Amino acid sequence: MELHQGDLDRAHADGQAPVRGGAFIDVQDLSLDFPLYHGGARSLKKTVLSSVTNRVGGQLGRSGGENDGPEKTRRVVVQALRHLNFQVKSGERLGIVGRNGAGKSSLLRVLGGIYEPVAGRIHVGGTINTLLDTNFGMNLDLTGRENITLRGRYVGLSASGIAALEEDVEAFAALGPFMELPVRLYSSGMVVRLGFGLATAIAPQVLLMDEWFMAGDSKFRDKAHARLETVVRGAEILVLTSHMPGVLQHWCTRLLWLESGHIVADGPVDEIMDRYNAGAPPAL
Amino acid sequence: MNVLPSASERLSRHDRTTTGLADEAADTRAALHPGAMASGQQGIAQELLIDARLGRKTRDKAAIADIRDGLALWRLGVSLGWLDIKLRYRGSALGPFWLTLSSAVMVASMGWLYAMLFHIVVRDYLPFLAVSLILWQAGIGGVAGEACDCFINAERTIRSMRMPFTVQVIRTVVRNVIVLGHNVIVPLAVFAIYGLWPGAHALLSLPGLALWLLDGAAACYFLGAICARFRDVPPIIGSLMQIAYYLTPVIWKPSQLGARGWWLPLNPFDPLLEVVRAPLLGTTPSLLIWGAALGYSAVFWLVSWRVFVRARPRIAFWV
Ligand SMILES: Nc1ncnc2c1ncn2[C@@H]1O[C@H](COP(=O)(O)OP(=O)(O)OP(=O)(O)O)[C@@H](O)[C@H]1O
Ligand SMILES: [Mg+2]
Repeated sequence: MELHQGDLDRAHADGQAPVRGGAFIDVQDLSLDFPLYHGGARSLKKTVLSSVTNRVGGQLGRSGGENDGPEKTRRVVVQALRHLNFQVKSGERLGIVGRNGAGKSSLLRVLGGIYEPVAGRIHVGGTINTLLDTNFGMNLDLTGRENITLRGRYVGLSASGIAALEEDVEAFAALGPFMELPVRLYSSGMVVRLGFGLATAIAPQVLLMDEWFMAGDSKFRDKAHARLETVVRGAEILVLTSHMPGVLQHWCTRLLWLESGHIVADGPVDEIMDRYNAGAPPAL
Repeated sequence: MNVLPSASERLSRHDRTTTGLADEAADTRAALHPGAMASGQQGIAQELLIDARLGRKTRDKAAIADIRDGLALWRLGVSLGWLDIKLRYRGSALGPFWLTLSSAVMVASMGWLYAMLFHIVVRDYLPFLAVSLILWQAGIGGVAGEACDCFINAERTIRSMRMPFTVQVIRTVVRNVIVLGHNVIVPLAVFAIYGLWPGAHALLSLPGLALWLLDGAAACYFLGAICARFRDVPPIIGSLMQIAYYLTPVIWKPSQLGARGWWLPLNPFDPLLEVVRAPLLGTTPSLLIWGAALGYSAVFWLVSWRVFVRARPRIAFWV
């Protein structure tokens, strides 16, 4: 299995691009922990000291208590995702529902390769674009134009590609002279126009999108809708988190219901939606 | 065939005309970096495979992939480094030459003072001091300081998109090269004033500078990761570098110590400084010095590599 995977990697590295239309997501036994650094855990001095005292304490206390694992007690984590298993095929539009803190955004970040899991395996085939951050990954101190150039370099565009990207985003965002000013000076609406134009100019095979992209004020939504729709249509796989039933029903073909890091249910939109709204426990 | 979204249709057509040489930097080797203009860039075969179940070998491979993909994105790293400098000096009339000016003032005043204290002729001492001080401040010391912030400063980017950490390393190194480039004017001016032009011999410092680039990158991986995890490390590094500054022949010459300087080879900064400084002052570093510089560097690379391999999957949680 692993060997086979390795061969696949090598084949790609040798320049045999995967055929478009072959996008997929394969998640196996995925778990994600956030380490929590409380108290002195951020300090090298205190960590070294406490590991020394723990060792001494452990030796002294050996005759007494037996259940104290000196190493383990120090590590505090939030278990964000637990043993997830699912596959997404090309053409599917997966919606993720769940209460606040269920782990939806964390799952998107893992699929985008931002957070690496502590256990399990994820395999995403195809180019990925993540629309997660409210600042669209822009540097607020740089001008709009500089941000566009950086994004172009990030996705590996040639000079002419970057020029085209600039032209495209400029036309959408319609910022005029503000293009040459630091993004920090923009109004919030201008930031969204630029960031949205930039993020959606790059059309991936696998699009990972957090809910708020759909949740802007309705006026902006109208304006951006067509553009977003083309990107979503162009993507082979969409993974979208949302709390809005309407959005999910419009965009998705399948729902994944997460609750405190576990998959509760996975299936057709209407069925899962009904159960989610009813708050019913899973049939299993 | 996939229907391309109209937003990028024009882009892809644009790009197709230039596919080939220009796109080679972003060829298939960039297999792990996400997001590409859906386009005729057939080169970018992309997939993401993270397997936490396999141990050390996959960790090594992932770290190698990080470096490889980061190098493929070197243009991005260079742009980021330039923009950092531009931002830092945006709104100041002198720009980065502000640094040159303050270095010049420092070299002049220290040269005068220490020549007096050490009873040396200014003409003998000032060129040495100018070269040493600039190499230390804008080189070794500067890199050590900035390496600590290498990943912390990129927190926003690291949390919002997948990007090889090597891009941040390139960015930090580029920034320091630019600063050093501006500061080099000071020793050059001193040489000009005293008519001590080192000539073509100065080119012998290029291998040393190349070694510095590698050491600087290693420092970024090493200190960047450690400082992201332990927030009290940057001040510790600051104090250590302060001590190193006094224990390394920067403001004093090794010859002043004479036989009492037996411990100098134990200080890794001494050979490292010497391989760059000596050619600029018209001498040639001995093979012993070069050997020591390479040896210390090799150990440092090894340690940095191990630290980076261990830390890489965790950095996103630390910053
Ligand atoms: N950077 C972080 N550090 C520590 N814990 C985190 C971090 N990010 C998320 N968490 C925790 O992980 C869990 C899942 O968070 P996540 O943001 O994925 O939830 P969500 O489903 O997107 O919620 P919402 O609907 O509010 O957006 C939460 O318990 C949260 O506290
Ligand atoms: Mg969320």
